[in-house]
Amino acid sequence: MDKKLKVDPIKEGTVIDHIPANKALQVLSIIKPEEDDVVTVGVNFASRKYGRKDIVKIEGRELSKSDINSIALIAPDANVIIIRDYQVINKYPVQIPRQIEGLARCGNPRCITNNEQMSTRFVAVERNPVRLRCAYCERVFDGDALELVTSA
Amino acid sequence: MQHLISMRDLDSVHINALIERAGLIESGREKPDLSSKVMGALFFEPSTRTQLSFDTAMKRLGGKVITISGTKGTSVEKGETLADTVKIINQYADIIVVRHYNEGAARYISEQVDIPVINAGDGANQHPTQSMLDLYSIQKTQGTLHNLTIALVGDLKYGRTVHSLVYALSAYNPTFYFVSPEALAMPDYILEDLDRLGMNYTVRGSLDDIVPELDIMYVTRIQQERFADPEEFEKVKNAYIIRAAMLGGVKENFKILHPLPRVNEIDTDVDGLPCAYYFQQAKNGVFMRQAILSTLLQQ
Ligand SMILES: [Zn+2]
Repeated sequence: MDKKLKVDPIKEGTVIDHIPANKALQVLSIIKPEEDDVVTVGVNFASRKYGRKDIVKIEGRELSKSDINSIALIAPDANVIIIRDYQVINKYPVQIPRQIEGLARCGNPRCITNNEQMSTRFVAVERNPVRLRCAYCERVFDGDALELVTSA
Repeated sequence: MQHLISMRDLDSVHINALIERAGLIESGREKPDLSSKVMGALFFEPSTRTQLSFDTAMKRLGGKVITISGTKGTSVEKGETLADTVKIINQYADIIVVRHYNEGAARYISEQVDIPVINAGDGANQHPTQSMLDLYSIQKTQGTLHNLTIALVGDLKYGRTVHSLVYALSAYNPTFYFVSPEALAMPDYILEDLDRLGMNYTVRGSLDDIVPELDIMYVTRIQQERFADPEEFEKVKNAYIIRAAMLGGVKENFKILHPLPRVNEIDTDVDGLPCAYYFQQAKNGVFMRQAILSTLLQQ
């Protein structure tokens, strides 16, 4: 199996690697690229580590850690690669932020967040695997068990 | 301390300060004056005892109480959002006490208003004033919270009160016995937390021979609605009744606590014994709530 990226290299921008297979679109729904960003999505690439993985590339824009860290919710092992002039200038693993606001629904149907018009908030209690406590009902959930607000 | 929403927000400094203050109020050495203050009691779900206890606490400190009970006939029923309801109470009251059937409601309300909020029970989540009055009762009867042997008896699966008591006591090196029918056993996620904390506990199906070891027995009600199979309930409902005959050879400091209301899980023949403490425990609730109200109102 060809292990090379099947997506062309980019001159400048951000590459997010090691996204679980078929989660790339959810990652994009969290990052919310701007309208004129050129985004390339690679789905179901072969990966030594996972069997299959997704890759996202955003040309011309260097995303900051705070823009990107929330994707740890669905892609806890993702790597972020910042590229300038075809060179990797920075590479780091995503890390779940201490708080995640407005991204995921609480899994508890009796939670106030599912019964009022309001935003959710979770606090990370474990980083890998990601475990989050709802700031309202105080129940703890696996990060990948939560439904994203944006992926209705 | 701005609000009292969850025991998670309280460290041992807060806990000790509230216990000390409740003691000062009970002994009459401290008399906070809340005569210029109004408590807004919002009971979206009925809870006669908790409401009465808060009402008494506020009035004994000279304060006034306004109450919204249930949702029938109120603006809530007419589709007003919770946020709007509490923002209006915010205009009338100096402090809000809220009981709500949704978990997290009290936290949410505290974010909508600029006055202190006390959680008087949010669904199955937290009931911190109950936990605080339990701690106060234990401190009062034992002279300490440290190194106690405590049996929790009854419904340990759904009992919000016992869960939060277990966490609150875990900072004080307790030895726990969890005594319940299998169907109502302490949930695994709590046992895992206790393992992580290195707590000393034993899970048992009956009290048998442990009674003489105990400092505290905390009894909770086994509710029929927790059982899918009514026959299962019939089988266990009488197996966990505490009777005077079971209480031979207890320690001198031994006390029985119960959050009340009780049905039949403590036989009335226990009521006259020196170890029966549940009615004083309810009275302690008023002192603890006085301490909480005056601390949050900075009086
Ligand atoms: Zn929740």
